[in-house]
Amino acid sequence: MSTRISREELAQRIAADIREGSYVNLGIGAPTLVANFLPEDQEIILHTENGLLGMGPAPDAAHVDPDLINAGKQAVTALPGAAYFHHADSFGMMRGGHLDVCVLGAFQVSQTGDLANWSTGAPGSIPAVGGAMDLAIGAKAVYVMTDLLTKTGESKLVVECSYPLTGVGCVTRVYTDHAVFDVTPEGFALREAFGDNTLESLSKLTGLTLTSAEEN
Amino acid sequence: MIDKTVPDAAAAVAGIPDGSTVMMGGFGRAGQPVELIDALIAQGAGDLTIVANNAGNGDTGLAALLAAKRVRKILCSFPRQHDSWVFDGLYRAGEIELEIVPQGNLAERIRAAGAGIGAFFSPTGVGTELAEGKEARTIDGRDYVLEYPIRADFALISALKADRWGNLVYRETARNFGPIMASAATTSVVQVDEIVPLGSLDPESVVTPGIFVNRVVAVGERVWLEDGAFVGGVDLEGRPVSAPEGAAL
Repeated sequence: MSTRISREELAQRIAADIREGSYVNLGIGAPTLVANFLPEDQEIILHTENGLLGMGPAPDAAHVDPDLINAGKQAVTALPGAAYFHHADSFGMMRGGHLDVCVLGAFQVSQTGDLANWSTGAPGSIPAVGGAMDLAIGAKAVYVMTDLLTKTGESKLVVECSYPLTGVGCVTRVYTDHAVFDVTPEGFALREAFGDNTLESLSKLTGLTLTSAEEN
Repeated sequence: MIDKTVPDAAAAVAGIPDGSTVMMGGFGRAGQPVELIDALIAQGAGDLTIVANNAGNGDTGLAALLAAKRVRKILCSFPRQHDSWVFDGLYRAGEIELEIVPQGNLAERIRAAGAGIGAFFSPTGVGTELAEGKEARTIDGRDYVLEYPIRADFALISALKADRWGNLVYRETARNFGPIMASAATTSVVQVDEIVPLGSLDPESVVTPGIFVNRVVAVGERVWLEDGAFVGGVDLEGRPVSAPEGAAL
């Protein structure tokens, strides 16, 4: 059994790659955990697409404000220096390439950087895309945070996505519970392997031809 | 004298005919014009096309309008939520038409309508099933699809304060779709906590200028504010935190 790090450890690993001064959008779900590990002595500005820059942590129960929520519709706070704006401005920040980093979840990422994270295409499911497609193509760096394997053991890193696409060629880097991969013109390049994972073991798990990031 | 104020929510939604396209502000419950929607339900208009980010939460507001079978079609980005059971049921029964639009394209299409733009090329959705059949173009090496404006007959919006000219200020993330929807509808109807005397809104801080607004109605201060100051004591649905589980708003 290969080494797997926890969600929290993975969030911490991603947080370590986010530089002071960055404008960052953390997607709904596991990516929001990254906020817990951003260094307190650095100014990193969180964007939430429903209209806030300078988002702070959740308030205590007495200070829940129905007018102040994040994209996941959870109560949040606004830090000193925060700004509110309407939806067209908010998505202009994304689409216009003003955000430095966004962190998204994924069902699948292809070796050419295609992302599938909004629909499994299952018959009878109700489609809902929200801001996923805007986020996928907007930020300067698009990081994916995901388990490497599905619950049934299939690789989420694939040659070509079988699920409906969110964006084409948009993913910069994939942080998984086994290893970190860069998306390169040669496919996935192993940037960092956790624990006893190796280029060989990861190639076997994913069924992909992986390169080593140092070689690129 | 210009006076866009109307006496109550019923007057605010008067004259909305069957078959209208109606925009509704709000992201989830934040900024959802619940009093106006309740008045629209009482007013009786049906066969509506709704433009909103979500397709209703719980059993109030937009969800109540859907439950009353007044909506033929909804354009939105994210209908499926943990508490969207009203929409989910109608959709599965084939009783409502759904057009899914990526959230940023939804916002920009609304903005474009208000700004007189004929159409625009967006990079969002390129290569996905939501861009199928749309005109595509490569500009400076990047791929785009053509997106058309979304305009409406009416917009129902919630803001914090207005004056009688319809100048608006909002509160926090409840602003969301308000400013762009106000500009994109033939008739924009706004509910506010308070109508203040002309001249008392700081012109530097007005978010939606009154030119985009047609009707304004005061519905009373939201329960988590007291004289404009946050007092809290509510959950995210605005219910007192001491309320029993499942109590109606």
